[in-house]
Amino acid sequence: MSVLVYTESEQGKFKKAALEVASYAKAVATQMGTTVTAVTFNTSDASELGKYGVDKVLNIANAENFDAKVYADAIKQAAEKEAAKVIVVSSTADSKYLAPLLAVGLNAGYATNVVEAPVSTSPFAVKRTAFTNKAFNITEINTDVKIVGLSSNAFGLVENSGAAAVEEFSPSLATSNIAVQSVDKATDKVSIADADIVVSGGRGLKGPENWGMIEELAEVLGAATACSKPVSDLGWRPHSEHVGQTGKPVASNLYIAVGISGAIQHLAGVNASKVKVVINSDPEAPFFKAADYGVVGDAFEVVPQLIEKLKEFKAQNA
Amino acid sequence: MKILVCISHVPDTTSKINFTEDDTKFDANGVQFVINPNDEFGLTRAMWFKEKQGASVDVVNVGGAETEPTLRKALAIGADTAIRVNTAATDGFAVAKQLTKVVQDGGYDLVIAGRESIDYNGGMVPGMLAALTDANFVNNCIGLDIEGANATVTREIDGGKETVSTTLPLIVGGQKGLVEESDLRIPNMRGIMMARKKPLTVVDPVDATAETASVKFEKPAPKGAVKLVAADNLDELVSLLHNEAKVI
Repeated sequence: MSVLVYTESEQGKFKKAALEVASYAKAVATQMGTTVTAVTFNTSDASELGKYGVDKVLNIANAENFDAKVYADAIKQAAEKEAAKVIVVSSTADSKYLAPLLAVGLNAGYATNVVEAPVSTSPFAVKRTAFTNKAFNITEINTDVKIVGLSSNAFGLVENSGAAAVEEFSPSLATSNIAVQSVDKATDKVSIADADIVVSGGRGLKGPENWGMIEELAEVLGAATACSKPVSDLGWRPHSEHVGQTGKPVASNLYIAVGISGAIQHLAGVNASKVKVVINSDPEAPFFKAADYGVVGDAFEVVPQLIEKLKEFKAQNA
Repeated sequence: MKILVCISHVPDTTSKINFTEDDTKFDANGVQFVINPNDEFGLTRAMWFKEKQGASVDVVNVGGAETEPTLRKALAIGADTAIRVNTAATDGFAVAKQLTKVVQDGGYDLVIAGRESIDYNGGMVPGMLAALTDANFVNNCIGLDIEGANATVTREIDGGKETVSTTLPLIVGGQKGLVEESDLRIPNMRGIMMARKKPLTVVDPVDATAETASVKFEKPAPKGAVKLVAADNLDELVSLLHNEAKVI
């Protein structure tokens, strides 16, 4: 009856989203008076999960690299073994890829983009975003087994005292007809999905050669870099950096927009960020209406100064 | 190659989002509906397969008669025939079950569905449809090439991209990148005229219950006014972010 949570890791290290879904699963388990079981793949040390409220870990070591079908089927078997009624997954690309397959496998109702602990557990109702962050929707899941997809950075990390007991689990593996040919991924950079802070540049930066200061600002803040749609359309930055309605969604703690006017499609994709700072030379830019803090000024003067001020701040607060 | 493109009928991005009936229903009054942007990228890619590789392209929507103008628009862009499953789209799982029948009856080799609709943002229909029809599935698809029964598909992953090889039948969750924004087509007059004569078949729904139910909508609390900081006083911005917003 425990709450099952899929905690993703990469090269042995749990993703921030994994610790967040573990925290969330603990809150659901407390509401329901039960425990939390995490499913991990190929982790040698799962003790960190205990800190976020996980009681038990089923570690699957017989499945190799990520494959949505194989992983979904393995998680299904873990859910059946634990007789789990609630399964929590994150909003990473891989979790969103496998969760619909898992839902069919378990005949489970699935609610995505959930932003808080369940409104009630009987009936099981959750609050989720809809209309690309322009509204919230209270959704009831009416199946015996329920899957909750938690929005990134919506619940936060909540520490608990606990020791996760690790058990090896070897499900039978589904066969997959998908073979990875190549992966193109910047490993030295913070990904937008995992970032607490995102620094984003728009057409106001005039050209790709001016991105040095955006990257420097991001580096000072430990942030991910992103861009607006026109910038990705013009090929100044890779498509993987495009945030907005048709790009990646952003739900960071801090979103800094430089030279982005704030088209409605852009705002829809970044509105879930908690604090938004806008730097733009045009005081009429619509983004100022959606921002928490704004600086009206030339990005080429403001950003280098801001980098210096942040370096001073970091030096004082190190 | 037989291609099916799933078309969601959604409010235009610039629409004001309001609710009626005690905040339980979306208020469609005065709202302009469009092809879901993520589906439009897929439709345009399907047109490429039609023109370069001789594929046939059908489009499908699960919804009431009010969605037909959106299907006609897809026909005007170049799809050959349209299918409307005559039932309200209640939740993603129910829509996937309806589409399963269409996919099985039509014997499609490739199904392209947007990674998510911009209204309910469920993001589950392509994956569920793949699981229900036992097809290969790649989500967040930003590149798709097909040669015979073999497909090379690129998907967006967190922080990069991954290219995989697989075979037909295949279902992909499409998005921008399948084609670029500049490649999207606006129906021309000839397309619009031809679309009127193309078949739009209405089929009866299968018996499928929704597994989730929308209970109520809420609008986000109105945002306070922006705090402006002078461009020559960035110490204040750093201080606000640290002391007030507590984000650095």
